[in-house]
Amino acid sequence: MTMDLHTEGKPAHRGVPLIDGIEKVTGRARYTADLDHTDALVGRILRSPVSHGEILRLDISKARMLEGVLAVVTGDDCPHTYGVLPIAMNEYPLARGRVRYRGEPVAAVAAIDAETAERALGLIELEVKKLPAYYTSEDARASGAELLHDNKPGNVEREVHHQFGDVGQGFAAADLIRQEKFCCAEINHAQIEPHASLAEFNSSTGRLTVQTVSQVGYYLHLMLARCLDLDSSRIRVIKPFIGGGFGARVETLNFEIVTALLARASATKVMMQLTREETFITHRARPQTDIQLKLGMKKDGRITACECEVVQRGGAYAGYGIITILYAGALLHGLYDISAVKYDGYRVYANLPPCGAMRGHGSVDTRHAFECLVDRMAGELGLDPIAVRRANLLQAPTSTMNDLMINSYGLAECIDKVERASKWHERIGRMPPGKGLGMACSHYVSGAAKPIHFTGEPHAVVNLKLDFDGGVTALTGAADIGQGSSTMVAIAVAETLDISLDRVRVIAADTAVTPKDNGAYSSRITFMVGNAAIDAAKKLKAVLVAAAARKLEARPEDIECAGEVFRVGTGDQSNLPFADVVAAALVDEGAITVKGSFTCPPEAQGGKHRGGAVGSTMGFSYAAQVVEVSVDDATGRVTVDKIWVALDCGHAINPLAVEGQIQGSVWMGMGQAICEETRYLDGLPAHASLLEYRMPTIMDSPPIETHIVESHDPYGPFGAKEASEGALAGFPPALVNAVANAIGIELNELPISPDRVMDSLIQRRRQTRVASALKAAS
Amino acid sequence: MHAPSRQPKKRLLRLRVNGRWREDAVSERALLADYLREVANLTGTKIGCDGGECGACTVLVDGEAVPSCIILAARCEGRDVETIEALATQGRISRLQRAFHEKLGTQCGFCTPGMIMAAEALLRRNPRPIDSEISTALSGNLCRCTGYVKIIESVKAAMDAGS
Repeated sequence: MTMDLHTEGKPAHRGVPLIDGIEKVTGRARYTADLDHTDALVGRILRSPVSHGEILRLDISKARMLEGVLAVVTGDDCPHTYGVLPIAMNEYPLARGRVRYRGEPVAAVAAIDAETAERALGLIELEVKKLPAYYTSEDARASGAELLHDNKPGNVEREVHHQFGDVGQGFAAADLIRQEKFCCAEINHAQIEPHASLAEFNSSTGRLTVQTVSQVGYYLHLMLARCLDLDSSRIRVIKPFIGGGFGARVETLNFEIVTALLARASATKVMMQLTREETFITHRARPQTDIQLKLGMKKDGRITACECEVVQRGGAYAGYGIITILYAGALLHGLYDISAVKYDGYRVYANLPPCGAMRGHGSVDTRHAFECLVDRMAGELGLDPIAVRRANLLQAPTSTMNDLMINSYGLAECIDKVERASKWHERIGRMPPGKGLGMACSHYVSGAAKPIHFTGEPHAVVNLKLDFDGGVTALTGAADIGQGSSTMVAIAVAETLDISLDRVRVIAADTAVTPKDNGAYSSRITFMVGNAAIDAAKKLKAVLVAAAARKLEARPEDIECAGEVFRVGTGDQSNLPFADVVAAALVDEGAITVKGSFTCPPEAQGGKHRGGAVGSTMGFSYAAQVVEVSVDDATGRVTVDKIWVALDCGHAINPLAVEGQIQGSVWMGMGQAICEETRYLDGLPAHASLLEYRMPTIMDSPPIETHIVESHDPYGPFGAKEASEGALAGFPPALVNAVANAIGIELNELPISPDRVMDSLIQRRRQTRVASALKAAS
Repeated sequence: MHAPSRQPKKRLLRLRVNGRWREDAVSERALLADYLREVANLTGTKIGCDGGECGACTVLVDGEAVPSCIILAARCEGRDVETIEALATQGRISRLQRAFHEKLGTQCGFCTPGMIMAAEALLRRNPRPIDSEISTALSGNLCRCTGYVKIIESVKAAMDAGS
C-alpha cells in the first residue's frame, strides 16, 4: 500500500488505493444483482405504452390467476406520492388514474421466475385514453396545452426571477454587449450498473429490509415509510456495492418502492433487476436546456452585467426540478466578480421521463453558455481569453450578491497552471489548420449548506467504535458509490488519530447500523462527513490521551501521541504502545463509542430571498482547463487531442482519488460536449441502449493532464473541498471555444456532433458564396 | 387457472470453468453470463446492458475475450472458460488486479472485472502492447467513472510488472 500518512508535517503523498479496491478487482464485491436471491421472487414492471393518457381500465385478474404469480400490484396499492422535495411530491410509484410518460410504471408482478413474471405482464389488461402529449418545452408551454398537473398553469413547474445589482446600469457601462441563445441536449448518467433492488418483507415481524442502488438510503427509508404506511422503525435500507451514481440514484426511484410493495404483497423476498432500457427510462438526468444569455463587457475585459434566461424541459414529474432551475441561476454567481446579474428560469413539464440531478447539478449548461460567450466577446475586443478571466477574479473571503460564502478561492492559480502546462501563449494562434485551443473555468459546491430535508440536525454524524481488538470502526451513513468516500473517512480518522490506515474499518450506509447521513449528492461527503469524522477522531483521541495520562501519571496536556505510541512529551523514559492505551481506556467503561458531527452555520445557508438556500455551501471548488482539438472539416468530426485541467480542492486528502475524480468529471463533460444525447420519438426513447446512447469509448478519450491546487479552505476537513464535480462544467465550453479557434465556427448547440458541425460549415460556405456573389454583382 | 409457463428444455453442459470441469443441467436458451452468475455462482462477471453493449461481462473462452452475455452457455460445451475469479491464485491477486487497485483503474468497480479480463487476453497474446493496442483491446469495454486515463496506466503498470 502506498501510504505515508503519519508524521505531523503531513508530507505530500501520492494517496492510497481504495480500501474496498481489492474486492472490486477480484470480483468479490457484491452489487445488488449479485446478492443471494436464490429464494427470491422475480419482479417485473408493466409500463405505460403511451406518453399521456387516462387509465380507463386496468384488469390484473388473469395475471393474478397465473400459476407461479405471487403478487400483482397497481396504483391502488399505494395511494401516496413520493419525491425528493417535501414541497413537490407529485409522483406515484405506480400510476394512479393517469400516465404522463411512455414507460411510466403502471403495474408490477412478482413470480417464481422471470418467464412467469413476463407472461403475467402480458395477461394484464390496460386500456388508456390518449391525451395530447408534449415533447418540447415550447409545445408544453403553448397556450391551450393540456396541463400535465392541474395546479401548474402553462405546464411550468417553477418560475424563478432573481435580480441582484443594477443590470441596466451594468449594461450602460459596457463597451460591448452581446446576446446569444444556446441549446443543450438532455443527457444521461449512464452508470454502468443497471438499476436493481432486493426487498424482503417479514410478515410475522412486519419488518422490511431493502438492499438497493441508492446514493441516499435515508431518503429511500423515508419514502418507504410514507408509501407503504410503515412505521419507519421497521425499515432497514442497506447499500451494497454500487456501480456508479452521478446523481442517478439520489432521488428515490419508483422501482425501489415497487419492489418493496411486491415484497409486502407476497410476504417474501423480491429481486427486481431493470433492463438497460428501463434504466434509461428511470433516469433523472440533466434536462434539455435552452439558454438566452446577454453579457456586458468593458474594453479591458471586465464583465459589467449578466442577464440570463433558462428554460429546462424537466419531464413529467417534479423530482429535483425546482432545485435544478434554482441552481442554474444561483451558480451564475461565485465564479467571477460580477456586480449585476438578472436571472429568469422556467422549469417546464413535458411528457417524457422525469429529469433530476446529474453531476454538476443545474450549473453545467448555464456555465457552458457563459464561458462560450465570454470567449467570443474577448475575441471581439481583441483580448486573450485567459486575460479576460483574470480581469474578473474574486477575492476571498467574500460573499456573493446572492449571499453565497466564498471562503477560499484558488481559481487564479488554476488558470496559471493550465496556461503554463498547455503552453497557451506559445501556441494559441499558431496552431496548424484544423487544430485549436480553448479554455474555460468552472466551480461547484462542496455540499449544499442547507439540506433538502431540513430538520435542523447536524449535516453529518460519524460514530467511531474502539473495542478490545484495537480496531477502530467508523460508522457512516455516507454512500460510497465509487468516488472513494469510505476511503476518505478512513484516512480522516487515521490521520487525526495518527494510527495506521489498516487499523480503521469503515461500515457505511446501513440505516439500522450507521448514523443518518444525507448521502452522496452535491459533493458533500468529503467536506461534511470528513469534518464529522475528524471531530469523532479528536474525541476518541481525547479518551485515549486521558487513559495514557493516567497510566503514565502525567497530565493529559503533556501526552504526545504519534504513530500509535503515547509518551510524556517532557521525557522519553516511557513509551506506551497503542494496545496498552486501548486496554487502559477500556477498563473504565468498556467498549468506547464516540460521535462526531458537522453543521453548516445559518450564515452559510444562503440568502433570505425565495430559493436563496440553493447554491449555498461552505466551500466552492474551482477549476480551469485548456482543451486541444482537431476538426475534420470534411466530416465534421471533432477529436479531443489533450486536456489540461487544474482544480482547487482546498487540500487533497487522497490525491490519487482526487485525480481520478477530476479526470472522470472532465471526461463526463467531454461526453456531453461531443456525442451524448437522449432522443425521443413520440416519447419513445430512441437512445435506450449503450450503443445508441453514445458515450466516449477508450478510443475517443484523450490524455488528461491533472493539476491539483490547494487553497486550504478555512472550514474544510484538513482544508479540503470537493473534487468530483467542479471541473465538469468547464469542458463543454472549453471544447466549443477550441473548435472556434480551430475553424472559426461558433457552435451554440450541444453536443457538437458531426452533423451539427457540418451544418455550420455548410452554412458558412453558403454565406461566403453569397457574399462573394453579391460583391461580384455590385 | 392458467397453465404454468413452459419450462425451457435443459441439457447437460460440460465445460471447464476456472480450471475445473463442471457438469450442469442448463437451459438451451441460457446465456453464458447467466450460467456463470446463476448456476456457477460466479457473480464477479457483471451484466451492464441488454446484450453486447458494454463489455462488463467479458470473460475468456479458450483464452479469447468475449462478452458472455451474447454467447449461449451451450456453445461452450467442452471449452475452457475463465472469469475474474480465476485470476487471483491462492489469495495472490494477479499483476493486472494489483495494478488496477494501486493505480485506481477502478472506481465504482462495476466495469472492472470485464475490463481486467479484456486486458488479460491482450497481455497474454501481446505482452508489450503500445498505447493504441491497449485502446483497441479495451474498446468494447465501457467505463463511466475514470475517463480511461488510469485504466491505461493500470494496464501499462501490469505490463511493466511482467508475468
